[in-house]
Amino acid sequence: MSRSSVAGMIELEGLTKRYGEKVAVNNLSFTVRPGIVTGFLGPNGAGKSTTMRMILGLDHPTAGDVRIDGKHYHQLKDPLTYIGALLEAKAWHGGRSAYNHLLCLAQSNGIPRRRVGEVLETVGLTAVAKKKTKGFSMGMGQRLGIAAALLGDPRILMFDEPVNGLDPEGIHWIRTLMKSLAAQGRTVFVSSHLMSEMALTAEHLVVIGQGRLLADTSMADFIARNSRSYVRVRSPHRERLLDVLHQAGVVAVESGEGVLEVDGGKAEHVGELAAQHGLTLHELSPQQASLEEAFMRLTAESVEYHAHSGTSAAPPPPQQQQWGDGWKRG
Amino acid sequence: MAVPQVVRSEWTKIRSVASTVWTLSLVVVVTVALGMLISALSKNEFDSMNAQDRAEFDPTFISFAGMSLGQLAMIVFGVLVVSNEYSTGMIRTSLAAVPQRGSFLFSKIAVATALALLVGLVTSFAAFFLGQAMLGDHRAEIGDPGVLRAVLGGGLYMTLIAMFSMGVAAMLRSPMLSLGILMPFFFLISNILGNVDATKKVGRFLPDQAGSRIMQVVPPLDDDTPYGPWGGLGIMGLWVLAALIGGYVLLRKRDA
Repeated sequence: MSRSSVAGMIELEGLTKRYGEKVAVNNLSFTVRPGIVTGFLGPNGAGKSTTMRMILGLDHPTAGDVRIDGKHYHQLKDPLTYIGALLEAKAWHGGRSAYNHLLCLAQSNGIPRRRVGEVLETVGLTAVAKKKTKGFSMGMGQRLGIAAALLGDPRILMFDEPVNGLDPEGIHWIRTLMKSLAAQGRTVFVSSHLMSEMALTAEHLVVIGQGRLLADTSMADFIARNSRSYVRVRSPHRERLLDVLHQAGVVAVESGEGVLEVDGGKAEHVGELAAQHGLTLHELSPQQASLEEAFMRLTAESVEYHAHSGTSAAPPPPQQQQWGDGWKRG
Repeated sequence: MAVPQVVRSEWTKIRSVASTVWTLSLVVVVTVALGMLISALSKNEFDSMNAQDRAEFDPTFISFAGMSLGQLAMIVFGVLVVSNEYSTGMIRTSLAAVPQRGSFLFSKIAVATALALLVGLVTSFAAFFLGQAMLGDHRAEIGDPGVLRAVLGGGLYMTLIAMFSMGVAAMLRSPMLSLGILMPFFFLISNILGNVDATKKVGRFLPDQAGSRIMQVVPPLDDDTPYGPWGGLGIMGLWVLAALIGGYVLLRKRDA
């Protein structure tokens, strides 16, 4: 068996899925590596679930290729022992018990029966193992889906929007689980439409919008490149303050309602300059532009590029807007 | 993918849902009970029959009269076994576990068919013996010429009905759509097409019309059916084959 020598990689090459005129996934190429959590980020409708279904061989690509450890999904012997997946929607028969659901999956891949009890224990469903799954809450359903993913003790785990519909305790549990799976050297590929969620769990980031690859970068890089820090200043002597800052070689821009934004500046420096010139300040606060904002800028550009409408896309929404509100429509 | 693993998995699936038990129980109960009732009624009517009706009197076939209704439960069984995968979303989990779609579909069909054959044979023998008990003096014996063939054939007929339904459900995916087409077709339309003079020549090549020929021991006097009992079952088998191939081809091609 070559299993021990292979790395647990998912490799996409020019992966494309077209539904008639609509391009759901457009020429995606990237590699998911073991040992870290890779976040797969994009607005709803960006093509994340379609991509994951193609990785599992459920949907046929229109063009391109996706391989698991160098093989097509259908070439894997007992695929659940290579890659375990939690799919977005509930994907089991509600009239079957959790135990029997996992048992039939285990049998189909030659996985020993004791694993069923083990994974039920891991996800905390032992007490309801013999109950029909149609009575399960959303959170219990997610746990059952994760139990199925863990069943074959696979090198690769793929979770599609795992925190959807979970309570805070469940969300915390999934984050911890994903990190510990990655720490064991496994490949963890997790999709989300929430940047804030990814920032907490993922070390690497693959961003798509309108089916196109927008970024394939480490989380640290993404943060360094995209989180602009600036100082927010309000003063009744705005014009004079601008002059003072200009003379000191500090770049400041007006952002309306008497507010100045000093890019890359230190709050101490601005405060000292103002004091030297006897200028009153009403506000002096260091700010960090959110990752959400950066992400929204990224995906807004993809919308503009895709539409070919000639009109420029709307500017990114103002700062403190709730993350994700604008693009849940997709 | 090792096929025995998939067969075991499909057996776990089929035995762990309630619909299997209630559809197959209905097959037995409805077929046998209705067969006994009609056998009892036929016995009482025999004395008032004319000579031709008495010559065509087929006690074996009469005891299978309940199959016209019992087969509907068999259709529900066949449809649900396959379409449950789609209506519940289980199909994505199933195909991720068994990406060889042929192995998946035919293991499922093999398990369900074996169960249908078992239940079909039990039903057929029970309907025969209990029906004959109701017929009293006019009964047939299992050792009479053609009778054992008819009783075994009854079990095979029920099995093929289930298989045909599985093929249709694999093509259509939706349980409601599959049942909405199969139930009226086998309960009404096929009977009409097979008995109205204008459509008879075509109608008797329909799966149930052709297949049920094997349950007749005494053919009608003016019988001009162009096939025999096994020929009829063969025609039904071709329908089943076509439905299964259609289901397989579509399953292979489609996104799950």
